[in-house]
Parts: sequence; C-alpha cells; structure tokens
Amino acid sequence: MSYRRLRAVFIKELHHITRDARSLAMALAMPVMMLLLYGYALSLDVDRIPTLIYDQDGTAASRELVRQFQGSRFFDIRGLVNSYAPIQNGIDRNQILMGVVIPRDYSKNAGAGREAPVQILLDGSDSNTASIVLGYAESVVRSYSLQLRQDMQNRRGGERGGAPVDARLRVWYNSSLESKNYVVPGLIAVILQIIAALLTSLTIAREWEMGTMEQLLSTPLRPAEMVLGKMLAYFAVGVADALMAVLVGVFVFTVPLRGSWLLLGVSICVFLVGVLFWGIFVSAVAKTQLAAYQMGILSSFLPAFLLSGFVYSIETMPPVIQVITHIVPSRYVVTILKGIFLKGVGLTVLWGELGFLTLYAAIIFALATRKVNQKLA
Amino acid sequence: MNGNEWAVEMEDLVKMFGTFVAVDHVSMQVGKGEIFGFLGPNGAGKSTTIRMLCGLLTPTSGRAHVSGLDVATQPEEIRRNIGYMSQKFSLYDDLTVEENIDFFTGIYGVPKAQRAPRKQYVLEMANLTERRRSLTRTLSGGWKQRLALGCAILHDPPVLFLDEPTSGVDPIARRAFWGLIHDLSETGHTIFVSTHYMDEAEYCHRLALMYRGKVIALGTPEELKNGLTSHSLLNLESSDPLETMRALEGLAGVLDVAVFGGGLHVTVDDPASTSVRVRQSLAAKGIEVRRLEQIQPSMEDVFVAMIETEERSAA
Repeated sequence: MSYRRLRAVFIKELHHITRDARSLAMALAMPVMMLLLYGYALSLDVDRIPTLIYDQDGTAASRELVRQFQGSRFFDIRGLVNSYAPIQNGIDRNQILMGVVIPRDYSKNAGAGREAPVQILLDGSDSNTASIVLGYAESVVRSYSLQLRQDMQNRRGGERGGAPVDARLRVWYNSSLESKNYVVPGLIAVILQIIAALLTSLTIAREWEMGTMEQLLSTPLRPAEMVLGKMLAYFAVGVADALMAVLVGVFVFTVPLRGSWLLLGVSICVFLVGVLFWGIFVSAVAKTQLAAYQMGILSSFLPAFLLSGFVYSIETMPPVIQVITHIVPSRYVVTILKGIFLKGVGLTVLWGELGFLTLYAAIIFALATRKVNQKLA
Repeated sequence: MNGNEWAVEMEDLVKMFGTFVAVDHVSMQVGKGEIFGFLGPNGAGKSTTIRMLCGLLTPTSGRAHVSGLDVATQPEEIRRNIGYMSQKFSLYDDLTVEENIDFFTGIYGVPKAQRAPRKQYVLEMANLTERRRSLTRTLSGGWKQRLALGCAILHDPPVLFLDEPTSGVDPIARRAFWGLIHDLSETGHTIFVSTHYMDEAEYCHRLALMYRGKVIALGTPEELKNGLTSHSLLNLESSDPLETMRALEGLAGVLDVAVFGGGLHVTVDDPASTSVRVRQSLAAKGIEVRRLEQIQPSMEDVFVAMIETEERSAA
C-alpha cells in the first residue's frame, strides 16, 4: 500500500465528485428529502379517529360517556346518529373508522353495578389500525364505568367496596409512544445505506465503460489502493449526508438523542465505510453503469427496508428470514441508532453490533479488492 | 538469448479465448531503442499480444519478457517499467490537463524531485502549457492523444507500448505524433507500436506483419519490400484498363493484376521478358500503352501480397 498512490486516487475522485455538480447536489439533497418525506408519511400513530355515536340510552350517564369520547384526542366525533344505517354507510364509504353504540339499558346496568356493555363497530380492513382503535375505545369505556362505579360506592358510603385493581402502564424509552421517535432513527440508517451504496456503485463501472480501467491496470496502482482511495473520497459525501440526516432528526423531528454523540458518529462512520465498499464491489461485478446502479439499489434498498427491523419487527418474521437478517448490515445499525437515540445505551450494550459492522466492512473490502484485481479476460 | 539484450522478447506466445486462437505461437525480439511496428488487419491479434506484454492478459502458453522481466511471474515490476496507451482514449475527460498529469504522476510514483520537471516536460512535449487548466474534454483529438502519450511516459519507462495510437487523428497531428516517437527512440526508449496505417510503417525501424494470430513477416521496411525478390512490380497505364486486365489474364509470366489509382499494378516473375510480351499482347488488341515501368513496391503492396500468399497456402 503506497500512501502516494492512495492520495492520487483520492484527489482524482474528489475532482470527479466536485466537477459533477448536479450529481453532488442530488447526493447531498436526497437524504434530507427522503427523511422529511418518509418521516412524515411513515407515521404509525393512530389519532383523530373519525367516529359516529348511536346513543340508544339517552340518559345523563350515556351523554357523559359521549363527552368522554369527545374529550379524547384519539377520537374525532363526527356526529350523533339515530340508527345503524349511517354507521354502516360511513364505514363503507371510508368516512369513519368506528361506530359506538350505547345500548338502551346502559345507565341502568351501570347504575346497578352490573356489566354495562357498549358496542364498538370497527372497519377491520386494516387490522393493525383496528386493534389499536379498539384498545383506545376500550380504555375510554372502562375508565368511565370504573368512575361510575366509584361514584356509586361513594354515594352509598361504601368503604367495603375498596378500589379495584388499578394497573398502570409505564412505557420506557418512548414514553409518549410517538412513532416518529422510533421511525426516524431507523429511517436515517436505511437512507444512509441506500445513498452510500449508490454513491460508489458507479465508480468502477464508469472506469470500465470509459476504457480508463485498462489504463489503470497497466500502472503500478494496486487494487486495494484504488478501492480505498475511491471509498475515502465518497466517505466525505456520506459523512455530510449523515450529519444532515441526524440534525434533521434531532431538530426537525425532535427525536431525543439520549446517548453519546461520539458513539453515534463512530457507529455511522463504520457503517458508511462498509456500505461504500459494498457499492464498489457491486460496481466491479457489474462493469456497466446501468447494471451497477440497478444492482446497487436492489441490494441496498430491499434488505434495508424489509430485513433491518426498521418497519417490520424481526421477532415476528419466519425463522429462515430471521437468520437471513443477521447478514444485513442495516439491521445492526438500526439497533445501534435506536439504542443510542432512545435508550441512551453505550458500548457495553452495542459492542456486538459495532463489531459486526467492522467485520462487514473488512470482508467487503477484501471482496471488492479481489474483484478489481481481475485481469481483462 | 539473455533477457538484458532485448527490450521485448516473445517465445511461442499463445493466447486462446475458448477455442479461438487469438495469438498463435508468436516468437520475436525487439531491441533496445527500436521503433518496432506491429502491422495487421483488425482482429489479427495485435492488441491481444500487446495486452499480454503489459500484463493485462495472462498468456495461455509460451513465454514473454519485457526489460528482462517475466510477464507471467513479475507483472508488478513490469508495470513500473512500461508505458501503455490503449486503443481507446483513456484519460479522464472531466479532469483538467494538469489534474490528469498529477494523477498519473501519483500512481506511477514519480519521485518528488522529478515531479515538477517531468510535468513541465510533458506539457511542453504535448504543447499544452497554455491549456494546462482546460478540461481534457475540450481538447481536439490530436492534443488528447499527445496528452495520453505524455501521461504514459511520466515515469520515463524504458519500454512503451502504443496500441493504434493514431487511429482517428488527422494527418498533420499524426505526423507530429511520429516526430515525438522518434525523439523518444533517440533518447533510448523502446517503442512497440501497432497500426493499420501503411504509411506509418515506413517510420518504423523494424516491422512485424501479423495475420490471423501469426507473424507472417518480420524485418526492416526495406527487407520486407525486397523480400518479394522472386516477383517484380510493373506499373502499367493504358487507354483501356478494363480490357487490359482481360488481356493480361493468363498471359505467361503474369502472376497478378490489381487496379491501382488510374492504372494497374502487375506482378511478374521476370520484368524484362514479360514487359515485351505485355506490349505485344496489348498492341494486338489495339490498346495503347501509355506507361510501363518497373516500380518499387509500397508497403501496401507488400502487405497485400503477403496476405494473399498466406491465404493461398492455407487453402
């Protein structure tokens, strides 16, 4: 490895990068745009659920229950109706997600301390959303009937009733359960994976297409120097992208960064190096820019999106797929970023993931060097 | 033969692509400081041979040495001792003249003390001192080609391989380029150059003619021309070239008739006696002979004659 040859390649690649202003602008703008777009679009939060209520009871108690629904930020009560028909209609036309039917004997049952069921009608076509909505609705109804029962016992002066079991949930790390807090760190990892692989996926293929590769192979330049020099030049772009993405995450999406900035930086750098090497490897295999670009997108975007545990949790995947996720580098960086951002954990917890990313970078470097090393035929 | 006496040496060099024999048992030597021309039609195996000598392709069998270094076992050392210009223009279009020079200075590992003078030399040689900050993309063909040559000799290699360096360049730029090659040869550099321009063959010290993977002739331009000693060439201009061709066909002593410009080139075995017979035969048919003289064959005549001989013997 010669420092002078490495430097020559590095400087030459920087010239390529800075001279192609349009590509550079795109490489720098794309991550932030993707982050803003997906960050807002990928919200998994369910709130302001459009709802119709059919109050058959029409008593003070049932009207109070309606007020409870109206007061919750999760529901948007579109109106009170007098039959099932508008509810069915609304669900069919996608105007509402939920209908609440309060039966005629609600206040009587509740007043007597008996079971006082309320009917919830849900659009189950999106089962995930439906079960979340059901959870919210149940908690409104339950807490109101609890309150009713306590009022009643107080009126009877009943010390013997005692308080029912009161389980309080405390959610750690993302206490407000806002999905952006969990989406954004994963998104940063996925976007960096795509951008970094694309940045380098054209470099070797371009040399083959232009015929400059043949010239380079006739010089004392070694493959390792070529691969490393190219990677370092694009690393500068990747770090700029990463910095912007993290800043947007912290200041625009206000995701809390609880762990160490230093560890975050180191982890992202190690990850970038590995993925940039991957792009170079793809480029050396493809030998044409078009094929390299397509291979670069497919081999980075799909695994990063589907297998990293960023959107779809790995624990619920079939066992075979779970095994495959272990060789997807974004899986590890998603874990690291979520860990540092939300849990504030350090190297004592994340050393395994960081170790894998380092190993990944080393292996892909060796593969890329081998591939570049090949002769003309 | 001691490797130190020759700049390039090949012994039974073979390169096969699948079952296709691109280079077929080629053996030859190139002396130090020689301009060695490598002639042949497209697809004859010239580029494949040059690529093997540069360590870009591995020979299927046989041996080759460049500057005494074995192509098969010492490719690293060879790369430090050669300059190579491939058929395709191979500099970076989006870099300036100077940036291209600096890049190749770096990867050839030119020592610090020599960097500035070498750069100066190349800029002056290519006549690009004033355009040093121009993007290479904006240069015309001749300039690009001189810059490519300049970048290939930054490390002052003893042996230079140029693969059809003048293809697609105008005649004036071609002449200037050959001037540079001569200067390099005079300072002791060996130049191994392939071309399919016959006129360029005359600039070379020695030539090899390659056809279908084989070297079918080897020697100085003079030797190759005199190599056709069993035949002589007559230049014949007459009032009716077409009728003349018919009349000469099958005439004793006439080996071949080819149209050449406004006249005919007639290959004969004995010029004196055949000339007489040609005049008689044409006079009998009422064709006027305007000129009939023995001429020195051009490189193109030699080239065509040798390939025809080769094809006849193969058939």
